[in-house]
Amino acid sequence: MAKVLSEKFYAEMKKLEPRYPTKVALLLPALHAAQDELGWLSSETMEEIGSYIGIHPAQVKEVASFYTMYNLKPVGKYHLKICTNVACCLRGAYDVVEHTEKKLGIKVGQTTPDKQFTLHEEECLGACGTAPAMMLNNDYVENLDIRKMDEVLAKLGVKG
Amino acid sequence: MAGQPTSFETMYVQHFNEEARPLAYYLAKMNGYEAAKKAFGMTKDAIIDEVKKASLRGRGGAGFPCGMKWGFIPKESPKPKYLVCNADESEPGTFKDRDIMRYTPHMLIEGMLIGSFAIGAKAGYIYIRGEYVREAKLLNEAIDEAYAKGYLGKNVLGSGHDFDLTVHRGAGAYICGEETGLLNSLEGKRGEPRVKPPFPAQAGAFGGPTIVNNVETLADIPSIITKGGEWFAKMGKLEKSGGTRLFSISGHVKKPGVYELPSGGYTLRQAIFDVCGGMLDDKKLKAVIPGGSSAPVLTADEIDVVLDVEPVMKIGSMLGSAAIMVIDEDTCMVKLIQRITKFYAHESCGQCTPCREGCKWMEDIIERILHGHGKMEDLDLLMSITDNINGKTLCALGDAAAGPVASFVKKFRSEFEAYIRGEKHA
Repeated sequence: MAKVLSEKFYAEMKKLEPRYPTKVALLLPALHAAQDELGWLSSETMEEIGSYIGIHPAQVKEVASFYTMYNLKPVGKYHLKICTNVACCLRGAYDVVEHTEKKLGIKVGQTTPDKQFTLHEEECLGACGTAPAMMLNNDYVENLDIRKMDEVLAKLGVKG
Repeated sequence: MAGQPTSFETMYVQHFNEEARPLAYYLAKMNGYEAAKKAFGMTKDAIIDEVKKASLRGRGGAGFPCGMKWGFIPKESPKPKYLVCNADESEPGTFKDRDIMRYTPHMLIEGMLIGSFAIGAKAGYIYIRGEYVREAKLLNEAIDEAYAKGYLGKNVLGSGHDFDLTVHRGAGAYICGEETGLLNSLEGKRGEPRVKPPFPAQAGAFGGPTIVNNVETLADIPSIITKGGEWFAKMGKLEKSGGTRLFSISGHVKKPGVYELPSGGYTLRQAIFDVCGGMLDDKKLKAVIPGGSSAPVLTADEIDVVLDVEPVMKIGSMLGSAAIMVIDEDTCMVKLIQRITKFYAHESCGQCTPCREGCKWMEDIIERILHGHGKMEDLDLLMSITDNINGKTLCALGDAAAGPVASFVKKFRSEFEAYIRGEKHA
């Protein structure tokens, strides 16, 4: 079977190996690195990670599915995760979610048909002093309100 | 004047800016790595004694005395020992450790270096929540700097002590803030909490004796070694709690943010109205969650409580991670507890039936009350579910979900009743 993970992935793992007394401990770092490369974790990717670490693919999936950050389905080019936990909802996060749904024409949990945007509600991001907060791919956007969300979306090519 | 008070000595806030991050700043302006040099000249017992004298209580939420915890580590162990930093910061409302990691990462690294020497660990991990991508990168850069200058690695500063430090990213699971869930996650497993005993000090990471400490706890260590346990203890205003604490204050206040206050030195009222400048838009205060979303809610009449572990516990809540969320008069408490309960139902790892089923039941019942399908008996049912969760699970997540529900129903019962009688509708 052709490999889906790059040389860079394997080089990164090689560097990390001596840091842990077991190879299984590389599972979370491997899933992160694979997702950074491919955007999500397909069955093939998880099988390849399993065979690299020496565990059954079912074990890889068992772990990957426990954690919300691992995408087990493809996501859009821009993945918006808006926190709606206590501090953010006190500061108006649900208004921002509703506005974003309208603007993108999708509901929370969906991806736009052009595969550009995926929208999720997120649990506490640990940025409550600058609430509401969201993640845009790997970056934080803080002190969100409807105007700021419009600016962010405009920069990403959403009109109106 | 609102804002960080300056009438007492602080360790952190004056350095919480981007310029403080590099090693050069830490060495020049913060007496960097001098504490480690001093510690290498002390016996391990003497270091642990100094930390005991400091009355340093764990800053993650449980408030367990750090020196005592270190003392649980066996001197001799056939298996390697580990020092693990809990940087999961997953308790909703908490955002202080993020500032330590992005502004003063070397305080944490030096704290871990000293801690590892004291307990005899040659390897350490910083388990950081997966969402803190930037902070993980900044920590790795700081760790690289420390290796390059010989503050990490083999034979640190000629002490004979070897210490390797690795940043390990979580991937979005509240439960990994629980120390044994964290250890399972570090080992490449689902972050499900373990049955205790054995406690981590006997069998923790990879089966070896392990200490798990919060970021702030470890970052306090260099100051304790440099200035002495007694100095640190005296910064706190009550007997059992030394040092300052970083408070994460959010919600409906004029100036939310991270503030450094002496342990037990301020009341909740002072924190809200003096430090944070009062209520946003001068609204009336309705309620406060004083220690992360797991802490039972307080009413506006209860804010003269002193902010320390025992006083807050005495009035039926907890200081937890010192994450204060302030709630104004316009907030619907039924909607708020619905959101909190949804969180716990989502984050329950599913191992223990009372938590797995109970959290979902509570979520469903609150949901139906909100949508006009509730009955008065539902309020007793909610209380009975909280009784059936409390103390009946492996870890504290169950209690963390039950406590808030019980407190919201008890203290804001009329708001639930208004929905049930059909006077309000979501």
